[in-house]
Amino acid sequence: MARYFTDEHEWIDLEGDTATVGITDFAQGQLGDIVFVELPDVGTMVEKGKDAAVVESVKAASDVYAPLSGEVVEVNDSLEDDPALVNSSPEEDGWFFKMTVSDKSELEGLMDDKAYKSFCDGL
Amino acid sequence: MSEENDNIEEIQTLPLDAWHRRKGARMVPFAGYEMPIQYEGIVVEHNWTREQAGLFDVSHMGQLMVTGDKAAEELEKLLPGAIASLKPGRTRYSLLMAEDGGILDDLMVTNATPWIEGDEEEGTESHWGDPAYYLVVNGAMKWDDIAHLREHLDDDVTLTHMDDHALVALQGPNAATALNRVMRNVIDDMVFMDSVLHDFGEWPLRITRSGYTGEDGFEISIPAEHAESLCNRLCAEIEVRPIGLGARDSLRLEAGLPLYGHDITEETDPVSADLLFALTKKRREQGGWMGHEAVAKVLADGPAQKRVGLDIEGRLPAREGALVYSGDKQVGRVTSGGFSPTLQRPIAMAYIDTALASEGTELEVEVRNKRLSAKVATMPFVPNRYYRGK
Repeated sequence: MARYFTDEHEWIDLEGDTATVGITDFAQGQLGDIVFVELPDVGTMVEKGKDAAVVESVKAASDVYAPLSGEVVEVNDSLEDDPALVNSSPEEDGWFFKMTVSDKSELEGLMDDKAYKSFCDGL
Repeated sequence: MSEENDNIEEIQTLPLDAWHRRKGARMVPFAGYEMPIQYEGIVVEHNWTREQAGLFDVSHMGQLMVTGDKAAEELEKLLPGAIASLKPGRTRYSLLMAEDGGILDDLMVTNATPWIEGDEEEGTESHWGDPAYYLVVNGAMKWDDIAHLREHLDDDVTLTHMDDHALVALQGPNAATALNRVMRNVIDDMVFMDSVLHDFGEWPLRITRSGYTGEDGFEISIPAEHAESLCNRLCAEIEVRPIGLGARDSLRLEAGLPLYGHDITEETDPVSADLLFALTKKRREQGGWMGHEAVAKVLADGPAQKRVGLDIEGRLPAREGALVYSGDKQVGRVTSGGFSPTLQRPIAMAYIDTALASEGTELEVEVRNKRLSAKVATMPFVPNRYYRGK
Protein backbone atom coordinates (compact mmCIF):
# COMPACT_ATOMS: atom_id res chain seq x y z
CA MET A 1 0.00 0.00 0.00
CA ALA A 2 1.33 3.39 -0.95
CA ARG A 3 0.68 6.59 0.99
CA TYR A 4 0.62 9.93 -0.78
CA PHE A 5 0.28 13.48 0.51
CA THR A 6 -1.07 16.70 -1.00
CA ASP A 7 0.06 20.25 -0.38
CA GLU A 8 -3.41 20.78 1.11
CA HIS A 9 -2.37 18.43 3.94
CA GLU A 10 -4.43 15.41 2.99
CA TRP A 11 -3.13 11.86 2.96
CA ILE A 12 -4.19 9.17 0.50
CA ASP A 13 -3.72 5.44 0.99
CA LEU A 14 -3.96 3.70 -2.36
CA GLU A 15 -5.00 0.06 -2.38
CA GLY A 16 -5.73 -1.20 -5.89
CA ASP A 17 -8.19 1.28 -7.38
CA THR A 18 -9.50 2.50 -4.03
CA ALA A 19 -8.11 5.43 -2.09
CA THR A 20 -8.68 6.18 1.59
CA VAL A 21 -8.50 9.91 2.32
CA GLY A 22 -7.88 11.83 5.52
CA ILE A 23 -6.13 14.93 6.80
CA THR A 24 -2.63 14.87 8.19
CA ASP A 25 -1.44 15.25 11.75
CA PHE A 26 -0.01 18.63 10.76
CA ALA A 27 -3.44 19.71 9.48
CA GLN A 28 -5.31 18.65 12.62
CA GLY A 29 -2.75 20.49 14.72
CA GLN A 30 -3.36 23.65 12.72
CA LEU A 31 -7.14 23.30 12.90
CA GLY A 32 -7.27 22.62 16.62
CA ASP A 33 -10.17 20.98 18.42
CA ILE A 34 -12.51 19.50 15.82
CA VAL A 35 -16.19 19.47 16.75
CA PHE A 36 -17.88 18.40 13.54
CA VAL A 37 -16.95 16.74 10.25
CA GLU A 38 -19.27 17.00 7.27
CA LEU A 39 -18.61 14.11 4.91
CA PRO A 40 -19.84 13.66 1.35
CA ASP A 41 -22.67 11.21 0.68
CA VAL A 42 -21.70 7.79 -0.61
CA GLY A 43 -22.06 7.89 -4.39
CA THR A 44 -20.96 11.50 -4.71
CA MET A 45 -18.63 12.15 -7.63
CA VAL A 46 -15.79 14.35 -6.41
CA GLU A 47 -13.34 16.25 -8.53
CA LYS A 48 -9.68 16.79 -7.74
CA GLY A 49 -9.16 20.14 -6.02
CA LYS A 50 -12.89 20.75 -5.40
CA ASP A 51 -14.74 20.71 -2.06
CA ALA A 52 -15.33 17.25 -0.68
CA ALA A 53 -15.78 17.67 3.08
CA VAL A 54 -15.89 20.37 5.75
CA VAL A 55 -14.12 20.32 9.09
CA GLU A 56 -15.50 22.50 11.86
CA SER A 57 -13.12 23.35 14.66
CA VAL A 58 -14.04 25.45 17.67
CA LYS A 59 -12.67 28.43 15.82
CA ALA A 60 -13.71 28.06 12.19
CA ALA A 61 -14.98 25.94 9.32
CA SER A 62 -12.40 24.65 6.82
CA ASP A 63 -12.96 22.99 3.47
CA VAL A 64 -11.30 19.72 2.65
CA TYR A 65 -10.63 19.29 -1.05
CA ALA A 66 -10.80 16.04 -2.96
CA PRO A 67 -7.19 14.99 -3.58
CA LEU A 68 -8.23 12.97 -6.64
CA SER A 69 -11.26 12.58 -8.88
CA GLY A 70 -13.60 9.66 -8.38
CA GLU A 71 -16.66 8.32 -6.62
CA VAL A 72 -17.08 8.23 -2.85
CA VAL A 73 -17.73 4.60 -1.91
CA GLU A 74 -17.60 4.70 1.90
CA VAL A 75 -17.44 7.33 4.65
CA ASN A 76 -16.15 7.05 8.21
CA ASP A 77 -19.37 6.99 10.22
CA SER A 78 -17.55 7.04 13.54
CA LEU A 79 -16.64 10.69 12.93
CA GLU A 80 -20.29 11.58 13.40
CA ASP A 81 -20.27 10.60 17.06
CA ASP A 82 -16.62 11.29 17.72
CA PRO A 83 -15.23 14.05 15.48
CA ALA A 84 -12.29 14.41 17.88
CA LEU A 85 -10.93 11.18 16.33
CA VAL A 86 -9.48 13.48 13.70
CA ASN A 87 -7.39 15.10 16.44
CA SER A 88 -6.45 11.92 18.27
CA SER A 89 -5.83 9.63 15.30
CA PRO A 90 -5.74 11.76 12.14
CA GLU A 91 -3.82 9.34 9.97
CA GLU A 92 -5.56 6.11 11.03
CA ASP A 93 -8.95 5.92 12.82
CA GLY A 94 -9.82 9.49 11.84
CA TRP A 95 -9.93 8.81 8.07
CA PHE A 96 -12.65 10.69 6.15
CA PHE A 97 -13.79 8.67 3.15
CA LYS A 98 -12.85 6.02 0.58
CA MET A 99 -13.12 6.70 -3.11
CA THR A 100 -12.49 5.14 -6.48
CA VAL A 101 -9.62 6.58 -8.49
CA SER A 102 -10.80 7.39 -11.97
CA ASP A 103 -7.50 8.73 -13.28
CA LYS A 104 -4.30 7.39 -11.79
CA SER A 105 -2.25 10.04 -13.57
CA GLU A 106 -3.63 12.44 -10.96
CA LEU A 107 -1.29 10.73 -8.48
CA GLU A 108 1.64 12.34 -10.23
CA GLY A 109 2.86 15.36 -8.38
CA LEU A 110 1.67 14.10 -5.01
CA MET A 111 4.28 13.80 -2.28
CA ASP A 112 5.60 10.77 -0.46
CA ASP A 113 6.15 10.68 3.29
CA LYS A 114 9.63 12.19 3.14
CA ALA A 115 8.72 14.94 0.67
CA TYR A 116 5.67 15.88 2.74
CA LYS A 117 7.72 16.09 5.91
CA SER A 118 10.18 18.51 4.38
CA PHE A 119 7.24 20.43 2.86
CA CYS A 120 5.83 20.92 6.37
CA ASP A 121 9.23 21.82 7.80
CA GLY A 122 9.43 24.59 5.23
CA LEU A 123 6.11 26.15 6.31
CA MET B 1 -14.04 42.99 22.25
CA SER B 2 -12.16 43.52 19.04
CA GLU B 3 -11.67 42.19 15.58
CA GLU B 4 -9.26 41.48 12.81
CA ASN B 5 -7.83 44.27 10.78
CA ASP B 6 -8.24 43.98 7.03
CA ASN B 7 -5.71 46.68 6.31
CA ILE B 8 -2.41 45.68 4.83
CA GLU B 9 -0.69 47.94 7.33
CA GLU B 10 2.42 46.60 8.92
CA ILE B 11 1.65 44.15 11.71
CA GLN B 12 3.13 45.38 14.96
CA THR B 13 4.34 43.53 18.02
CA LEU B 14 3.18 44.06 21.61
CA PRO B 15 5.27 44.15 24.82
CA LEU B 16 4.61 40.49 25.64
CA ASP B 17 5.40 39.17 22.14
CA ALA B 18 8.58 37.29 23.09
CA TRP B 19 6.96 35.99 26.27
CA HIS B 20 4.10 34.42 24.29
CA ARG B 21 6.50 32.77 21.88
CA ARG B 22 8.52 31.31 24.76
CA LYS B 23 5.27 29.94 26.17
CA GLY B 24 4.66 28.13 22.87
CA ALA B 25 1.91 30.37 21.53
CA ARG B 26 0.78 30.26 17.93
CA MET B 27 0.82 33.90 16.88
CA VAL B 28 -1.61 35.41 14.37
CA PRO B 29 -2.27 38.94 13.11
CA PHE B 30 -5.17 40.49 15.02
CA ALA B 31 -6.26 44.15 15.26
CA GLY B 32 -2.96 45.11 13.63
CA TYR B 33 -0.79 43.17 16.06
CA GLU B 34 0.79 39.76 16.36
CA MET B 35 -1.34 38.09 19.02
CA PRO B 36 -1.42 34.60 20.60
CA ILE B 37 -4.41 32.64 19.25
CA GLN B 38 -3.62 29.61 21.41
CA TYR B 39 -0.92 27.85 23.43
CA GLU B 40 -2.10 24.30 24.21
CA GLY B 41 -5.43 24.31 22.39
CA ILE B 42 -8.60 26.35 22.52
CA VAL B 43 -10.77 23.83 24.37
CA VAL B 44 -8.15 23.03 27.03
CA GLU B 45 -7.57 26.74 27.61
CA HIS B 46 -11.28 27.49 27.65
CA ASN B 47 -11.96 24.82 30.26
CA TRP B 48 -8.96 25.85 32.33
CA THR B 49 -10.34 29.39 32.55
CA ARG B 50 -13.77 28.12 33.60
CA GLU B 51 -12.24 25.88 36.27
CA GLN B 52 -9.05 27.64 37.39
CA ALA B 53 -7.61 30.95 36.20
CA GLY B 54 -6.46 32.09 32.77
CA LEU B 55 -4.07 34.92 31.96
CA PHE B 56 -4.92 36.87 28.79
CA ASP B 57 -2.77 39.50 27.10
CA VAL B 58 -5.08 42.26 25.91
CA SER B 59 -2.41 44.88 25.36
CA HIS B 60 -3.76 45.54 21.86
CA MET B 61 -6.67 47.36 23.46
CA GLY B 62 -6.52 51.12 23.74
CA GLN B 63 -5.91 52.53 27.21
CA LEU B 64 -6.84 56.20 27.37
CA MET B 65 -6.90 58.77 30.17
CA VAL B 66 -9.24 61.73 30.00
CA THR B 67 -8.42 64.41 32.56
CA GLY B 68 -9.61 67.88 33.47
CA ASP B 69 -12.30 69.59 35.53
CA LYS B 70 -14.86 69.12 32.77
CA ALA B 71 -13.86 65.53 31.92
CA ALA B 72 -17.10 63.91 33.12
CA GLU B 73 -19.46 66.38 31.51
CA GLU B 74 -17.47 66.27 28.26
CA LEU B 75 -17.54 62.46 28.20
CA GLU B 76 -21.28 62.51 28.86
CA LYS B 77 -21.72 64.31 25.54
CA LEU B 78 -20.35 61.24 23.75
CA LEU B 79 -21.38 58.34 26.01
CA PRO B 80 -24.99 57.49 26.94
CA GLY B 81 -24.11 56.36 30.49
CA ALA B 82 -23.91 58.36 33.71
CA ILE B 83 -20.27 59.34 34.07
CA ALA B 84 -20.64 62.29 36.44
CA SER B 85 -22.25 60.07 39.09
CA LEU B 86 -19.63 57.33 38.71
CA LYS B 87 -17.73 57.26 42.01
CA PRO B 88 -13.94 57.28 42.13
CA GLY B 89 -12.71 53.70 41.91
CA ARG B 90 -15.80 52.47 40.06
CA THR B 91 -16.03 51.17 36.49
CA ARG B 92 -18.92 51.11 34.05
CA TYR B 93 -19.54 49.59 30.62
CA SER B 94 -20.44 52.20 28.02
CA LEU B 95 -20.70 52.95 24.32
CA LEU B 96 -19.19 55.52 22.03
CA MET B 97 -22.16 56.71 20.01
CA ALA B 98 -22.53 58.05 16.48
CA GLU B 99 -24.99 60.83 15.66
CA ASP B 100 -27.26 58.40 13.79
CA GLY B 101 -27.56 56.12 16.84
CA GLY B 102 -24.99 53.59 15.63
CA ILE B 103 -22.30 52.26 17.95
CA LEU B 104 -18.75 53.46 17.21
CA ASP B 105 -17.23 51.26 19.90
CA ASP B 106 -17.93 49.71 23.28
CA LEU B 107 -15.66 50.47 26.19
CA MET B 108 -15.06 50.46 29.93
CA VAL B 109 -14.91 53.77 31.81
CA THR B 110 -13.32 54.01 35.26
CA ASN B 111 -13.39 57.06 37.47
CA ALA B 112 -9.63 57.23 38.07
CA THR B 113 -9.65 60.49 39.99
CA PRO B 114 -6.72 60.15 42.42
CA TRP B 115 -6.98 60.56 46.21
CA ILE B 116 -4.08 62.74 47.27
CA GLU B 117 -2.82 62.23 50.80
CA GLY B 118 -2.26 65.39 52.81
CA ASP B 119 1.10 66.43 54.15
CA GLU B 120 1.22 67.72 57.73
CA GLU B 121 4.51 69.52 57.29
CA GLU B 122 3.23 71.36 54.29
CA GLY B 123 -0.11 71.84 55.99
CA THR B 124 -2.15 70.28 53.16
CA GLU B 125 -5.18 68.09 53.75
CA SER B 126 -6.07 64.93 51.92
CA HIS B 127 -8.21 65.68 48.89
CA TRP B 128 -9.36 64.43 45.50
CA GLY B 129 -7.02 65.33 42.65
CA ASP B 130 -8.02 66.47 39.17
CA PRO B 131 -10.90 64.47 37.74
CA ALA B 132 -9.55 61.62 35.60
CA TYR B 133 -11.34 58.89 33.62
CA TYR B 134 -9.58 55.75 32.42
CA LEU B 135 -11.04 54.28 29.24
CA VAL B 136 -10.34 50.86 27.74
CA VAL B 137 -11.43 50.62 24.11
CA ASN B 138 -11.18 47.97 21.38
CA GLY B 139 -7.80 47.44 19.77
CA ALA B 140 -9.09 47.57 16.21
CA MET B 141 -11.08 50.75 16.92
CA LYS B 142 -8.68 52.71 19.11
CA TRP B 143 -7.29 55.03 16.43
CA ASP B 144 -10.78 55.96 15.28
CA ASP B 145 -11.88 56.40 18.89
CA ILE B 146 -8.95 58.69 19.67
CA ALA B 147 -9.71 60.82 16.61
CA HIS B 148 -13.39 60.99 17.56
CA LEU B 149 -12.62 61.96 21.15
CA ARG B 150 -10.07 64.59 20.10
CA GLU B 151 -12.57 66.09 17.69
CA HIS B 152 -15.45 66.30 20.14
CA LEU B 153 -13.96 66.76 23.61
CA ASP B 154 -13.47 70.34 24.78
CA ASP B 155 -9.94 71.72 24.57
CA ASP B 156 -9.82 72.06 28.38
CA VAL B 157 -9.90 68.28 28.63
CA THR B 158 -6.69 66.31 28.08
CA LEU B 159 -6.69 62.95 26.30
CA THR B 160 -3.66 60.73 26.87
CA HIS B 161 -3.08 57.48 25.00
CA MET B 162 -1.32 55.21 27.49
CA ASP B 163 0.50 53.35 24.74
CA ASP B 164 3.43 52.72 27.07
CA HIS B 165 1.20 50.38 29.11
CA ALA B 166 0.38 46.71 28.72
CA LEU B 167 -2.95 45.23 29.82
CA VAL B 168 -3.48 41.68 31.06
CA ALA B 169 -6.62 39.96 32.31
CA LEU B 170 -6.64 37.24 34.97
CA GLN B 171 -9.96 35.41 34.71
CA GLY B 172 -11.57 32.44 36.38
CA PRO B 173 -12.97 31.14 39.67
CA ASN B 174 -9.46 30.93 41.14
CA ALA B 175 -8.25 34.30 39.86
CA ALA B 176 -8.77 35.99 43.23
CA THR B 177 -7.05 33.16 45.12
CA ALA B 178 -4.02 33.36 42.86
CA LEU B 179 -3.82 37.14 42.85
CA ASN B 180 -4.16 37.25 46.63
CA ARG B 181 -1.14 35.01 46.98
CA VAL B 182 0.91 37.23 44.66
CA MET B 183 -0.07 40.49 46.34
CA ARG B 184 -1.77 40.40 49.73
CA ASN B 185 -4.52 42.65 51.01
CA VAL B 186 -4.99 44.40 47.69
CA ILE B 187 -8.17 42.93 46.28
CA ASP B 188 -9.91 41.87 49.52
CA ASP B 189 -12.42 44.70 49.49
CA MET B 190 -12.95 44.80 45.74
CA VAL B 191 -16.18 43.73 44.09
CA PHE B 192 -17.12 43.49 40.40
CA MET B 193 -16.36 46.79 38.63
CA ASP B 194 -14.16 48.18 41.40
CA SER B 195 -10.82 49.63 40.34
CA VAL B 196 -7.75 50.52 42.43
CA LEU B 197 -4.26 51.86 41.96
CA HIS B 198 -1.65 49.73 43.65
CA ASP B 199 2.11 50.05 43.77
CA PHE B 200 3.38 46.50 43.64
CA GLY B 201 7.00 47.10 44.58
CA GLU B 202 8.13 49.53 41.93
CA TRP B 203 5.35 48.69 39.54
CA PRO B 204 2.37 51.03 39.50
CA LEU B 205 -0.65 48.87 38.70
CA ARG B 206 -4.27 49.67 37.99
CA ILE B 207 -6.34 46.66 38.98
CA THR B 208 -9.98 46.48 37.93
CA ARG B 209 -12.29 43.62 38.92
CA SER B 210 -13.79 43.03 35.48
CA GLY B 211 -13.27 40.96 32.37
CA TYR B 212 -14.67 39.44 29.22
CA THR B 213 -15.25 35.81 30.13
CA GLY B 214 -18.24 35.87 32.49
CA GLU B 215 -15.97 34.73 35.30
CA ASP B 216 -14.71 36.63 38.32
CA GLY B 217 -11.40 38.23 37.45
CA PHE B 218 -9.17 41.23 37.13
CA GLU B 219 -7.74 43.43 34.42
CA ILE B 220 -4.32 44.77 35.29
CA SER B 221 -2.72 47.72 33.56
CA ILE B 222 1.06 47.94 33.94
CA PRO B 223 3.94 49.90 32.37
CA ALA B 224 5.01 47.85 29.35
CA GLU B 225 8.57 47.25 30.58
CA HIS B 226 7.28 45.33 33.63
CA ALA B 227 4.62 43.29 31.85
CA GLU B 228 6.78 40.18 31.39
CA SER B 229 7.78 40.10 35.05
CA LEU B 230 4.16 40.44 36.13
CA CYS B 231 3.07 37.61 33.83
CA ASN B 232 5.84 35.41 35.16
CA ARG B 233 4.77 36.16 38.74
CA LEU B 234 1.14 35.34 37.95
CA CYS B 235 1.93 32.20 35.96
CA ALA B 236 4.10 30.92 38.82
CA GLU B 237 0.83 30.33 40.67
CA ILE B 238 -0.45 26.82 40.19
CA GLU B 239 -3.93 28.02 39.17
CA VAL B 240 -2.71 30.30 36.38
CA ARG B 241 -1.96 29.46 32.73
CA PRO B 242 -1.71 31.73 29.70
CA ILE B 243 -4.81 31.68 27.48
CA GLY B 244 -5.05 32.75 23.84
CA LEU B 245 -7.54 34.75 21.80
CA GLY B 246 -9.33 31.64 20.58
CA ALA B 247 -10.59 30.74 24.05
CA ARG B 248 -11.23 34.41 24.78
CA ASP B 249 -13.76 34.36 21.94
CA SER B 250 -15.51 31.13 22.97
CA LEU B 251 -15.64 32.28 26.62
CA ARG B 252 -17.18 35.64 25.81
CA LEU B 253 -19.72 34.02 23.48
CA GLU B 254 -20.86 31.69 26.27
CA ALA B 255 -21.05 34.72 28.56
CA GLY B 256 -23.35 36.46 26.05
CA LEU B 257 -20.95 39.39 25.68
CA PRO B 258 -21.03 41.12 22.28
CA LEU B 259 -17.91 41.43 20.13
CA TYR B 260 -17.46 44.81 18.47
CA GLY B 261 -17.31 44.62 14.67
CA HIS B 262 -19.50 41.52 14.71
CA ASP B 263 -22.39 41.67 17.21
CA ILE B 264 -22.37 45.44 17.46
CA THR B 265 -21.28 47.87 14.75
CA GLU B 266 -21.91 51.36 13.41
CA GLU B 267 -25.02 49.86 11.82
CA THR B 268 -26.51 48.65 15.11
CA ASP B 269 -28.08 50.79 17.82
CA PRO B 270 -28.01 50.03 21.56
CA VAL B 271 -31.72 49.17 21.70
CA SER B 272 -31.53 46.52 18.97
CA ALA B 273 -28.24 45.32 20.47
CA ASP B 274 -30.01 44.74 23.80
CA LEU B 275 -27.51 46.98 25.59
CA LEU B 276 -30.03 49.24 27.28
CA PHE B 277 -28.27 48.70 30.60
CA ALA B 278 -25.46 50.86 29.22
CA LEU B 279 -27.93 53.74 28.85
CA THR B 280 -28.60 55.15 32.31
CA LYS B 281 -32.36 55.60 32.67
CA LYS B 282 -32.18 59.30 33.42
CA ARG B 283 -29.84 60.00 30.52
CA ARG B 284 -31.97 57.85 28.23
CA GLU B 285 -34.80 60.29 28.85
CA GLN B 286 -32.89 63.56 29.21
CA GLY B 287 -30.49 63.07 26.34
CA GLY B 288 -27.61 65.47 25.87
CA TRP B 289 -25.43 62.82 24.23
CA MET B 290 -24.53 62.17 20.65
CA GLY B 291 -27.04 59.85 19.00
CA HIS B 292 -29.78 60.40 21.59
CA GLU B 293 -32.37 61.59 19.11
CA ALA B 294 -31.96 58.54 16.90
CA VAL B 295 -31.89 56.13 19.84
CA ALA B 296 -34.95 57.77 21.43
CA LYS B 297 -36.85 57.11 18.22
CA VAL B 298 -35.92 53.41 18.29
CA LEU B 299 -36.92 53.29 21.96
CA ALA B 300 -40.31 54.84 21.16
CA ASP B 301 -41.04 52.79 18.04
CA GLY B 302 -39.40 49.57 19.18
CA PRO B 303 -36.46 48.04 17.31
CA ALA B 304 -37.02 46.14 14.06
CA GLN B 305 -34.65 43.41 15.21
CA LYS B 306 -33.06 42.37 18.48
CA ARG B 307 -29.81 40.69 19.43
CA VAL B 308 -30.62 37.34 21.01
CA GLY B 309 -28.97 34.03 21.76
CA LEU B 310 -29.67 30.87 19.76
CA ASP B 311 -29.40 27.30 20.99
CA ILE B 312 -28.70 25.16 17.95
CA GLU B 313 -29.60 21.51 17.72
CA GLY B 314 -26.99 18.94 16.76
CA ARG B 315 -23.25 19.48 16.62
CA LEU B 316 -22.78 21.65 13.53
CA PRO B 317 -21.96 25.24 14.49
CA ALA B 318 -23.66 28.17 12.75
CA ARG B 319 -21.12 30.92 12.16
CA GLU B 320 -21.27 34.64 11.54
CA GLY B 321 -23.35 35.41 8.45
CA ALA B 322 -25.59 32.33 8.63
CA LEU B 323 -29.19 33.28 7.80
CA VAL B 324 -32.03 32.56 10.19
CA TYR B 325 -35.45 31.48 8.94
CA SER B 326 -38.97 31.06 10.21
CA GLY B 327 -40.48 28.76 7.62
CA ASP B 328 -39.54 30.22 4.22
CA LYS B 329 -39.09 33.73 5.52
CA GLN B 330 -35.66 35.05 6.40
CA VAL B 331 -36.02 36.66 9.82
CA GLY B 332 -32.46 37.26 10.94
CA ARG B 333 -28.75 36.67 10.69
CA VAL B 334 -26.10 35.14 12.96
CA THR B 335 -23.47 37.68 14.06
CA SER B 336 -21.24 35.27 15.94
CA GLY B 337 -21.45 31.60 16.63
CA GLY B 338 -19.44 28.56 17.46
CA PHE B 339 -19.22 25.38 19.43
CA SER B 340 -19.51 25.89 23.18
CA PRO B 341 -16.84 23.84 24.96
CA THR B 342 -18.68 24.20 28.28
CA LEU B 343 -22.10 23.14 26.98
CA GLN B 344 -20.74 20.76 24.31
CA ARG B 345 -23.13 22.09 21.67
CA PRO B 346 -23.32 24.96 19.18
CA ILE B 347 -24.49 28.39 20.33
CA ALA B 348 -24.81 31.69 18.49
CA MET B 349 -25.79 35.33 18.75
CA ALA B 350 -28.14 36.66 16.09
CA TYR B 351 -30.26 39.64 15.17
CA ILE B 352 -33.85 38.43 14.81
CA ASP B 353 -37.06 40.25 13.82
CA THR B 354 -38.48 41.54 17.11
CA ALA B 355 -41.74 39.62 16.78
CA LEU B 356 -39.77 36.36 16.75
CA ALA B 357 -37.10 37.32 19.27
CA SER B 358 -38.76 36.08 22.45
CA GLU B 359 -37.23 33.22 24.37
CA GLY B 360 -38.19 29.77 23.18
CA THR B 361 -39.22 30.77 19.66
CA GLU B 362 -38.38 27.96 17.27
CA LEU B 363 -36.43 28.99 14.20
CA GLU B 364 -34.06 27.49 11.66
CA VAL B 365 -30.51 28.45 10.74
CA GLU B 366 -29.11 27.70 7.31
CA VAL B 367 -25.60 26.28 7.16
CA ARG B 368 -24.31 25.12 3.77
CA ASN B 369 -27.83 24.52 2.43
CA LYS B 370 -28.84 22.58 5.52
CA ARG B 371 -31.52 23.80 7.91
CA LEU B 372 -30.63 23.42 11.58
CA SER B 373 -33.27 23.70 14.29
CA ALA B 374 -32.62 26.62 16.60
CA LYS B 375 -34.38 28.12 19.58
CA VAL B 376 -34.15 31.68 20.89
CA ALA B 377 -32.31 31.52 24.21
CA THR B 378 -31.63 33.96 27.01
CA MET B 379 -28.05 34.97 27.51
CA PRO B 380 -25.66 34.35 29.11
CA PHE B 381 -25.53 30.77 27.88
CA VAL B 382 -23.27 29.94 30.81
CA PRO B 383 -24.17 31.79 34.05
CA ASN B 384 -21.75 34.54 34.94
CA ARG B 385 -19.89 34.42 38.22
CA TYR B 386 -18.93 38.03 38.88
CA TYR B 387 -17.98 38.71 42.49
CA ARG B 388 -20.49 41.13 43.96
CA GLY B 389 -19.52 40.72 47.60
CA LYS B 390 -20.34 38.19 50.28
